Amino acid sequence: MRINGSLPGWVQAAPLALVMLAFLVAPIVMIGVVSFWQATEFSIIPAFTLENYEFLFASPVTWKVFLATFKYAAITWALTLSIGFTVAYFLAFHVRSQNMQIALFLLCTIPFWTSNIIRMISWIPFLGRNGIANQTLISWGVIDQPLEWLLYSDFSVILAFVHLYTLCMVVPIFNTMMRIDRSLLEAARDAGASGVQTLVNVILPLTKPGIMIGTIFVVTLVMGDFITVRFMSGSQSANVGRLISNDIALLQYPSAAATSIVLLATVLIVIGILLRFVNIRKEL
Amino acid sequence: MSEMRYSRRSILKTGAAAMAASALPAPMIWAQEIKDITLRQFGTGVSNLNDVARKVKEDLGFTLSMTALDSDAVTQRAATQPDSFDIADIEYWICKKVWPTGNLQAMDTSKIKNYDKIVGIFRSGKLTPESVIAQGTAPHTVGFVEGPDSTVFAKEETGWMTLIPTIYNADTLGIRPDLIGRPIESWAELLNPEFRGKASILDISSIGIMDMAMVCEAMGEITYGDKGNMTREEIDRTMAIFTEAKKSGQFRAFWKTFDESVNLMASGEVVIQSMWSPAITAVKSRGIPCVYQPLKEGYRSWGGGIGLSKNLSGMALEAAYEYINWYLSGWVGGYLMRQGYYSAVPETSKNFMTENEWGYWFEGKPATDTITSPTGDTLAQAGEVRDGGSFEERMGRVACWNAVMDENRYMVRKWNEFIAS
Repeated sequence: MRINGSLPGWVQAAPLALVMLAFLVAPIVMIGVVSFWQATEFSIIPAFTLENYEFLFASPVTWKVFLATFKYAAITWALTLSIGFTVAYFLAFHVRSQNMQIALFLLCTIPFWTSNIIRMISWIPFLGRNGIANQTLISWGVIDQPLEWLLYSDFSVILAFVHLYTLCMVVPIFNTMMRIDRSLLEAARDAGASGVQTLVNVILPLTKPGIMIGTIFVVTLVMGDFITVRFMSGSQSANVGRLISNDIALLQYPSAAATSIVLLATVLIVIGILLRFVNIRKEL
Repeated sequence: MSEMRYSRRSILKTGAAAMAASALPAPMIWAQEIKDITLRQFGTGVSNLNDVARKVKEDLGFTLSMTALDSDAVTQRAATQPDSFDIADIEYWICKKVWPTGNLQAMDTSKIKNYDKIVGIFRSGKLTPESVIAQGTAPHTVGFVEGPDSTVFAKEETGWMTLIPTIYNADTLGIRPDLIGRPIESWAELLNPEFRGKASILDISSIGIMDMAMVCEAMGEITYGDKGNMTREEIDRTMAIFTEAKKSGQFRAFWKTFDESVNLMASGEVVIQSMWSPAITAVKSRGIPCVYQPLKEGYRSWGGGIGLSKNLSGMALEAAYEYINWYLSGWVGGYLMRQGYYSAVPETSKNFMTENEWGYWFEGKPATDTITSPTGDTLAQAGEVRDGGSFEERMGRVACWNAVMDENRYMVRKWNEFIAS
């Protein structure tokens, strides 16, 4: 009886489950398996070895690179959160008409009609030694010499990250803010709360699920990235994604797989910790 | 004006090519079935040109499908997917890596018409009888095997060739003479503190390590047994010197693709860097002065060739030989030489170049008229001389060849550390 009853449920879930199995679970399992294989310069040998992990954990470069990856993620998160929150707050609470809200929101998304890579690369001529930024600053007399750290530095990497991913913060936060019952704000006001008090004690707690969703987007995107770091640092800095991409370019698939598994585990742990703080299911 | 000249020349060339094509004997059975043959060629972008495929169809009748990949992907494919190609257009150092897998078959040199005219570098290893053989994977050391099925390289010419050389060149540092303002004569200048924050090196380990070695040797810091086959200690010391330079901010960026190197140089972000010949041309064609600076320590050279897949047989194999003979008969050579590369049989290429072009590109003479690329871009004005001079001057001063080391995996890991440091 019970099996019969749940059969339609199973059938309904099956298509998605099969797709996930084939395109998500199976590849990850495969990566996990390959990470224990051996490799020569141009071939991989399906023989069990822990060599890839041993090398990974023994190398000081790994630790440095993971640290750099966390640094990029943390700084980008802090910046995208403050910008994203401010923008969403403005859209949700300062713009009165709904049409205006939608119009301004669409305005935010316009830059995202072009590809990620183009938006990133267009910073390069802007920030270069003889780029627009330096030329403008020199013509204003702010500086005498071009600023070298504008491009091919951690600054440019983080600038690009913030530019690329702020919208990922704006959208979920804006979405949560729109669902806040306006009478709660009136109640706070009536009870004598100042603007700041309302923000901290009413809006912020109620926006947490949105912040958390945005955080998960930004943190996973930044931690998994390699192309932004490569282009914006002029290949001079490394994050975990670049380690993996270098390994793949050099045909060291098992080593790349091992690094990927460690990165995947790290990101899952980070998300696990984040979810301890907020129950985002409430939001969904 | 120049456009008119170009079209007249291309008409002349088409005529010459048609003559060459009709001179190639093609049996009747061939003419019928050859149209159905498709040869799948893959290789690096430099010589995988659609113009070549088009010309093959025109001259030989069969279809050549081209796939261009970067050198890492080429190596991987040649080593792991022998069924995916008929003709591999690879570099000699890749050949050293890939040949032992047995995915390629040796070629019978008696079937190659212009074999005797192939430049000495690819046969005895010597450009002229007096030449000293450079370090690294010199092409002749991996150019021959003992027999058709052998996977061991032979020491001298055996009649069984691994790759038919197609394209090669001598690489050096590119500089911006207008931003440097003084003569540059040595590889050591790459790490000169004068260029702090304005230098670059390429982020392709197998080639980058060679440029590093040229620099360290020029500085007098390290003397290598063989720059193309370093010991672990030599790798460590080389990386230490460059890691220190990187930390002190010597490098503006590293580049991985051709376009990146062009942009770094053209924008003035970098004034001295490892560079490839056509990249210099690309910078110059934007009207920005850029010199492919000959240096006293010599050049780092590279060469590529085409190899045949193990799976080729029968009619397709015959077509492949036909293709190789056509390749060496001059049209492609002329095309490549007008881009600044060298062809394996320069004398046949001469027929497909004007006297002015031959003089400029090969003999190192001042151009008597505007020099244009095969695609019509102006590369040099009358009176200009090619950087480094003639063929003998450039290829005669090769200090080392691109190579793959015995300690390659160790080197690669060290390279990763260098990038991450």
